[in-house]
This record gives sequence, structure tokens and C-alpha cells, in this order.
Amino acid sequence: MRIDNVPIDLLLKNMLSATGTVLLIFFLTAILSIPLGFVVALARRSRFKIISIPTRIYQLIFRGTPLMLQLFFFMYGPFYIFGIGFGRFNACIIAFVINYAAYFGEIFRGGIAAIPKGQYEAAKVLGYSKFQTFMRIILPQVVKHVMPATGNEFMTLVKDTSLAQVISVAEIYNVATNAGARYFSTVPLIVAGIFYLVMNTVVEMAFKLIEKKLDYYRT
Amino acid sequence: MLLLAENIQKRFDSENVLEDISLEVNEGEVVVIIGPSGSGKSTLLRCLTQLEQVNSGRIEINGKLMVDTVDGRAVYADSKTLHEILLDVGLVFQNFNLFPHYSVMKNIVDAQVNVLKRDKEEARTIAMELLKKMNLSDRGDAYPCELSGGQQQRIAISRALALNPKILFFDEPTSALDPELTGEILKVIRNLANENMTMVIVTHEMAFAKEVADRVIFMDNGLVVEQGTPEELFGNTVNQRTKEFLQRYSDI
Repeated sequence: MRIDNVPIDLLLKNMLSATGTVLLIFFLTAILSIPLGFVVALARRSRFKIISIPTRIYQLIFRGTPLMLQLFFFMYGPFYIFGIGFGRFNACIIAFVINYAAYFGEIFRGGIAAIPKGQYEAAKVLGYSKFQTFMRIILPQVVKHVMPATGNEFMTLVKDTSLAQVISVAEIYNVATNAGARYFSTVPLIVAGIFYLVMNTVVEMAFKLIEKKLDYYRT
Repeated sequence: MLLLAENIQKRFDSENVLEDISLEVNEGEVVVIIGPSGSGKSTLLRCLTQLEQVNSGRIEINGKLMVDTVDGRAVYADSKTLHEILLDVGLVFQNFNLFPHYSVMKNIVDAQVNVLKRDKEEARTIAMELLKKMNLSDRGDAYPCELSGGQQQRIAISRALALNPKILFFDEPTSALDPELTGEILKVIRNLANENMTMVIVTHEMAFAKEVADRVIFMDNGLVVEQGTPEELFGNTVNQRTKEFLQRYSDI
């Protein structure tokens, strides 16, 4: 079947396989950048300037420059500097993880700062160790605090995967522009838009569900 | 003697919050600390419960040395001793500081299991007994946000009692509560006093102080101005500053 001269079944088949790539970027970035984001948040809160200041500079650089440039950097930088590269897909994942960890670091930092001092004090007087206090008392409350902002970030991540096309990773947007050029049609782009929207609908509903699950208490 | 504090000094920046405080508390004694805002009452409790570090002085709790002054500097005991001393004390906060993500039961059980390494069933049994004592047997599954302030404070007291502290500190336990709920809490503290619980209570409830205290301490500007039995302080103090302060309370 063709719409506007575009063979839709072929396009959908290519799009679906590109969706696999998008989901892989999405999940790898999410799984790796969230723990890293926590490390960044704690490093930012460190009372040692030798830790907190470099962390802040790292966040400034990766939040302050386009992700697109960072993709180029990790794709071609190592090649120019060391003579070998990470490979296309690895460079893509590294750029996404380092970029998103900088943002998550900021979100989690805010979440940790939002926990009242009294919670730490109550835990201390009850004899909890610092580690127990963080894991049992602080972290569960931080998770609830940061859920809306994290959901927001996840939706942005779904759309940001389209940037991977600048280093020729075969994701949805890449497939759509190629097909659009071949068939002189905007239909592939519209289809790509629908794909992103469907994925983000799932993300939105998932976060709605998680927030509802965490709604059993208020602070 | 359960608690001995000598010549405690505490500075914030360059301001002396505690000038020179000495305090003794015997087993089974109820000591009430009164005084105007900013007189250092809360800071004193926070120093005794290790939430603040003193600048100099000596504190001994339950026979264990927490901090001593060597060559003009406060030297604290090793972390193991400090942890042991923490387990000998309990603190009840003005704004409860319950853990909002834990049910009432878990608030009382969690430290027992994870700090004292008590068996879960045993911890639950202890929690049930405390809840019964606090008239909150049916609220074990509730979350702190579903409770009134008075109920929350009773849970906070239970949480502290569950660890069997030798001495319990109260930092203005009723200041966040309306008069009706204040009554609930004062009743609980009165019952604890009848059971010979050793307590140090910072409060603005003068009538209550008069009734429950074995000894009253009046603090002002980081110093103990006067101390004695309730009769001595509230009845016929000769101290001008104490008189001035007490005149503001009509209920005694």
C-alpha cells in the first residue's frame, strides 16, 4: 500500500526496526544515567570543594552545550585524539549517559535538598548510621520528590534520541528523513511524529502510575 | 547520676549560645527547663543528644564519657562510644519528625530492627504495647499524614521509648499543638513520670512544669539563672530575672 507515493508497509517495517534502536538508547541511557545522576548529586553536595567544583563544571559543560555537539565529540573526538573511536552506537550511548547524568544530578540534588533537616536529626538520635539514614529514610522520600521531574526528563529523552541521526545511528528520525528524501514526501516525518508520541504516551502513563503508587503518604 | 554536664560552652559563629552550663540529672528525676526564646534551652538539648558539638565542657551519660575538654578544646569519644551513648538517650522534637513514608507501626519498629537488631516479631510486640499505652492501638497501619498533631507526637514518643532509652529529652513537645492536643501529650509525659522515667523537658507550659517537675531550671542568655524545686522557683523566688520572666505567665 502506498500513501503519497510512500510504500507504507516497507516504511513501517523500517520504522519498527529503528524503534528497537530508539528503545535501546532510551533504556541504556535511563539505566546508566540514573545511578550516575545520584553520584553526581552527592558529589555536588560534598563539603570537599575538590569534589563539588569539578562536578559543577562537568554539569555546566554538559548542560550548557548542545547534545548534538556532544554526540559529534564522542563520535569523532577519540578518533582524532587517540586514533581509535568507540564505534557509532557506543559513542551515542556514552554521550547520552553523560549528558543525562548531568541533568539527573541536578534533579536529584534538588530532591535531596528538599528533605527537611529534622529527618536526618530524628534518624541520628535513633542511632541509624549515615548509610542507613540515606538508604532507609532519605532516598525513599527523594524518589517521590523527583518523580515528576524525572518523568519530564524521560519524555525529553525519547525525543532526544532523534539527535543520534547526526552520527548516522539508524533511529526513527534517520529512517524518516531518508524515506522522505527518497519519495519526496512528508508522510514519513508525520509517521515518525506518531511513533514518538506513542512512545511518550507510554512513558507518561507509566509515570502517572508510579506517582499514584507513591501517593500513599504526604510529607 | 545518669547525666552530668559541666561547663558546657557552645558558640555559633562568634555568638555564645551556651555561656557556661552545668547540669546533673539523677535516675528517675524529671527536670524541666524553662526560659525565654533564645536562652539556649534547645541548644543545650541538642548538645546532649549529639545533634550539636560543644566547644568546651564535659558530658557524661550513664557512666560513659561523651566529651571532655583537653587543653581548652572539646574532645569527643570514639564513634563506638558515641553510638552507645546515643542509644541511652531519646529525643522528642517540637515538630515530631516522624518518617512520613513509613506507617505508624514501621516508624516504631524500624530502628528497633535495624539499629538494635531486635527480632521483627519482638519489635512488633513492643510497638503494639506502646501503641496500646498511647491509646493508638487501632492506628498501627495509618501513615503520619493521616494523624492529628497530638497523635503524631504520641507516635514520636513511642518511637523513642521503643529503644528503651535511659533518659528521654523533650524539646518543646507541645509548642506545635493547640491546647486540647497539648493536654494529650502532657498526660503521656505525666504517666511516664509516674513510671519513674528519667526526663529532661524544655517547655513553655508553666503549670505543667510546676506539676510534673522534680526540679526546675531557669535559663537565660546561655546561663542557668536559678534552679530548684517547683515550689522554690514558682512560689517565692528572690531572683529578679526569674520573677520578671514568670510574671508573663498568668496561669501559675
